[in-house]
Amino acid sequence: MIDAPRVELWAILPVLMLFGGGLIALLASGFARRAAQAPFALFTLAALAAAAASALWLWNRETTTALEGMVSIDRLAVVATLALCGIGAFGAYLGFHYFERDDFRRNEFYALLLFALGGMALLVAAADLIVVFLAVEVLSLALYVMTALTFRRGPTEAAMKYFLLGAFASAFLLYGVAMSYGASATTSVQGLARALTGVGGSQPLALVGALLLVVGLGFKVSLVPFHMWTPDVYQGAPSPVTAFMSAATKVAVFVAMVRVLDVAFGSLAWDLAPAIAVLSAGSMILGSVLAIAQRDVKRMLAYSSVAQAGFILSSFVSPEREGIAAALFYLISYSAAVVGAFGVVMLISGGIREQTGFDRFRGLGRRQPVLAALLSVFLLSLAGIPPTAGFVAKVLVFGAATSAGYWPLVLIGALASVAGAFFYLRVIALMAMQEPRGVDIADPSPLPRLVLAVPAVTVVVLGIVPGVIVPLLQEAGVLTW
Amino acid sequence: MRTTPWLTLVIAAPLAGLPVLVLWRSISDEAARWVGLGATLIAFAVSVGMLANFEIGEAGFQMVSKHPWVESAGLSWFVGVDGFSIWLVMVTTFMFPIAVAASWKVDHQVRRYMAMSLFLETVIIGAFLSLDLLLFFLFFEALLFPMYFIIGVWGSKRRVYAATKFLLYTMFGSAFLLVGILYLYIEAGNQLGTATFDLTALEQLQLSTGVGRWLFLAFFVGFAVKVPVWPLHTWLPDAHTEAPTKGSIVLAAILLKTGPYGMLRFNLDLFPEASRYFADAIMVLAVIGILYGAVVAMMQTDIKRLIAYSSVSHMGLIVLGIFAFSAESMDGAVLQMVNHGLSTGMLFLVFGMLYERTHTREIAELGGIVQVTPWLAGAYVVAMLSSIGLPGLNNFVGEFLVLLGTFSVDRVLASIAIVGVILSAIYMLWSYQRTFQGSLKERWGSLPDLSWREGAIVAPIVVAMLWIGLHPAPVLERMRPTSEQVSHQLSGGGRPQIEATAGLEGEIP
Repeated sequence: MIDAPRVELWAILPVLMLFGGGLIALLASGFARRAAQAPFALFTLAALAAAAASALWLWNRETTTALEGMVSIDRLAVVATLALCGIGAFGAYLGFHYFERDDFRRNEFYALLLFALGGMALLVAAADLIVVFLAVEVLSLALYVMTALTFRRGPTEAAMKYFLLGAFASAFLLYGVAMSYGASATTSVQGLARALTGVGGSQPLALVGALLLVVGLGFKVSLVPFHMWTPDVYQGAPSPVTAFMSAATKVAVFVAMVRVLDVAFGSLAWDLAPAIAVLSAGSMILGSVLAIAQRDVKRMLAYSSVAQAGFILSSFVSPEREGIAAALFYLISYSAAVVGAFGVVMLISGGIREQTGFDRFRGLGRRQPVLAALLSVFLLSLAGIPPTAGFVAKVLVFGAATSAGYWPLVLIGALASVAGAFFYLRVIALMAMQEPRGVDIADPSPLPRLVLAVPAVTVVVLGIVPGVIVPLLQEAGVLTW
Repeated sequence: MRTTPWLTLVIAAPLAGLPVLVLWRSISDEAARWVGLGATLIAFAVSVGMLANFEIGEAGFQMVSKHPWVESAGLSWFVGVDGFSIWLVMVTTFMFPIAVAASWKVDHQVRRYMAMSLFLETVIIGAFLSLDLLLFFLFFEALLFPMYFIIGVWGSKRRVYAATKFLLYTMFGSAFLLVGILYLYIEAGNQLGTATFDLTALEQLQLSTGVGRWLFLAFFVGFAVKVPVWPLHTWLPDAHTEAPTKGSIVLAAILLKTGPYGMLRFNLDLFPEASRYFADAIMVLAVIGILYGAVVAMMQTDIKRLIAYSSVSHMGLIVLGIFAFSAESMDGAVLQMVNHGLSTGMLFLVFGMLYERTHTREIAELGGIVQVTPWLAGAYVVAMLSSIGLPGLNNFVGEFLVLLGTFSVDRVLASIAIVGVILSAIYMLWSYQRTFQGSLKERWGSLPDLSWREGAIVAPIVVAMLWIGLHPAPVLERMRPTSEQVSHQLSGGGRPQIEATAGLEGEIP
């Protein structure tokens, strides 16, 4: 007699809300491809709200894992899911505005967005390497299609590149799962943690498995040297999609990395830390240096996101609670800033044939003071200049890395942020200190400005009173298994 | 009874004008100027209240207020004032209204210009008063970007280049500073049980010699860029030259002082052993800076660049005074920070007035101007004489104290530094001669002399210069206890140092 597995669907309620919403949106868009987008957008927001509410409901659950140890129910997942829903809402609104402006109906955008978010929400809760792989695939497939959504040549090329390299990375990820299984005869995060603790000597198989997993996940968050796709995809994809994927993917995948590195391979933390430090340093240096050479704002932001991934990763050398909280704070402040920045870029770039060269930004302070001010706030936060959230975030991750004894890494990070300040502030300088050229093609509508003020306020408030969320994130950083 | 939180009030005072400037977007330029001036004057009034409450004879921190801010990250709002910082705050609040009034003629984006100025004043005062290292760093970093905008938006031709150079240089320095601060924070967690940025707690840390020296260097680089100590000075001439008049005044008079102040407050206090170890080397750098600045100033053809290089020279003297460790030299160094603020501030101010009339900075294009603008020339002479160190004016007292204090420690360096003081007389007088005297060029025949408004801006500085020059006692008696304490700690062995234990390895030869 085989026991039927216990079905505890409540544990993945947020994920179900998102996938359910995605399915409904997909069916509806099939029947009403040329219909107005507004109902789709509203429905997406409703699905996100439902997912967020059900995630909140999981906050006080005592259980740690459900569905036979496949997903974990903890505050880390809740906080990450809430952040993802927030990012998703901005992505949906920006996409709505983007397609509406050019009267370009792509209603499957909403379905894809919800599928991607469902994959991400699953990823942040994944307690088994198989689920990690599954979730990464789901979110990636949706993102590949979203990248090509405008059917223009650039985006399609970008999507193809993303897909091919992504498939390659998936292979690494899967290989890592296999190696880990070989090392511990289990794929569950808890099981790995238990199997690997207390085992003396070196564990080459487990180390190789962990490193391959880092490669696979590192590809998704564009760590050097797995970042090659990032500039082309970020530049080629429609701006709202870039805004969404640059923020949400990082949140989801880094949270998964917390589980994989700090829990599953927690006992190997000190062996893995040097490798992490190298990846982090490489990303910070190369991302910053290459961003300096860019002449296109989207491409510059793409390289900068490589550097930002390096900053976030630097907190992973510390397996402590502070390290996790620091990474979460960084992810949230980065997400707010990057969603806002791509949102403003979308408004400035004109229509669907986006023009995002530096010339577009010259003298913008005169013509579009509000957009210029918003973009300045976001860029200052990305550069880590007080009083914005980016500054606090950098202090937190650097503090975590210092406490683990990796102060040379912190020094590299601090110097990379100087390079970062240069290219971020160059855009601000273009906007504030130069004369405008050519015709103004910026979007004049007021509502997107109002919506983008939300992340701007978030960035400033978190910069001045980070205390409002830091204790919460520290609670989320307590992982039990 | 609750005491008045004077320091918090001083820091917040300039912000009083900010909501008006930020929210009232259609404010007229004239009204924006008055709001800016009003807010800076309020800040000055509050700082006078703070000065009146300052206890003479106390060496430690006064009017301390401490409130946890981000408890989970060990950050607190911890401010206090001692005999050093009070004068730096005073010179800040004193020079800001003058700088704002001096930029009355700025005519584009006045609202933003004033908003940036007020924000800048707040963060500078905050940096001088913070006793929490992270809070200090926050202010220290935050002052970069209003200054960046003031140079970059309202500066002259090569403004973007100068603004970027300024920003990158100083951020490069603060990168090291941040690492040092974080290291101390974590070390506090290991040794004291609670990780904190509290300066008074971090003083208690027992650092091994190697660690102390590396951390000293990290802090020193952060501050040396701001001072600037030779050879990290190359950003300064560009920034000074390209900045608008007001920007130059704030940079020279106030912003540069965050560098030596940081050394005085943090380097000497946290790493006494390393301070003694590196003192000789730093004094040599300072003397090189004094001579180098003076010699290069002599060769300049652009007046603003000349004043900028004279700053390099004068700031070298301040660093020399700090690292000579005698009570006199420290008094002199702090007084010199104030004096340099007044005299160089006034040089930029008066030259700015001349520039508004002539729109040239080239010495060769000017000449004979004293004939048409005697009052303006007179004001320049006062600023120049003060800068040279004429007895009876402020700089004399400060330079004398620094040299006296240094002489008792190192005669050779003091003697060389005196050469720099003599050189300053040469380049200043020579530039005056070429600019204001000689034959008047025809195109300058109808230059207007100082207006009443301009006279009113210059007058308070002259009064302050004379006051410090003739009767420095009120200033000195307030800083003396503090400098004696610091000097005693450094020359009398200071806190015991334990030998290298765990942690960061590496000896500095």
